[in-house]
Amino acid sequence: MTKSELIAQLAAANPHLRQPDVELIVATIFDEITAALARGDRVELRGFGAFSAKRREPRTGRNPRTGAAVAVAGKAVPYFKPGKELRERINGGPPQKATSPAQGAASARVA
Amino acid sequence: MNTLTRADLAEAIYAQVGLSRNESAALLETVLERISAALEAGEPVKIAAFGTFLVRQKGQRVGRNPKTGVEVPILPRKVLAFRPSQVLRARINNQVPPKRDDAA
Repeated sequence: MTKSELIAQLAAANPHLRQPDVELIVATIFDEITAALARGDRVELRGFGAFSAKRREPRTGRNPRTGAAVAVAGKAVPYFKPGKELRERINGGPPQKATSPAQGAASARVA
Repeated sequence: MNTLTRADLAEAIYAQVGLSRNESAALLETVLERISAALEAGEPVKIAAFGTFLVRQKGQRVGRNPKTGVEVPILPRKVLAFRPSQVLRARINNQVPPKRDDAA
């Protein structure tokens, strides 16, 4: 699914909205998340996931072709941690554990 | 560091589009639900200038309970990965995004 397909789905489900408004709604969501990350804030959407920006320190890298040392500036890297509910949905429901935690702990004590 | 939630995103839609707060919140939920449903079906979700959400299949491997040392099989499973686009990477560093966005 692409952004335009998402917009088309949203427009079809909401026939009372004008197409430009639907586009603006979708753009606003992703722009707000981007702006928050640029400020150094995080965005937490329970059940879906959390967006954050991870800090990378400046380091000395190497040009792989010449071996010359080059300074690599510090930067922020976007990161997404999927929420529990979404992780479980992708796997077709809550996990079926091989052994329950209680059983695992009990057998460990015996061993 | 502040944390934005659904309420903040719904408020932004309310301010930008001029729908009611209730409808703004409902539309945000619909967007998240459509993305989730596509991922649940195993379909990647590409948002231009933002990034791609994709489902990766992981094989079975042997794990270990770090506390007890007991070997436990880690069952084959699917994990969700997010690949940020070059535009998003540039924007969160407050840089001008590159002309061509190939990662979105």
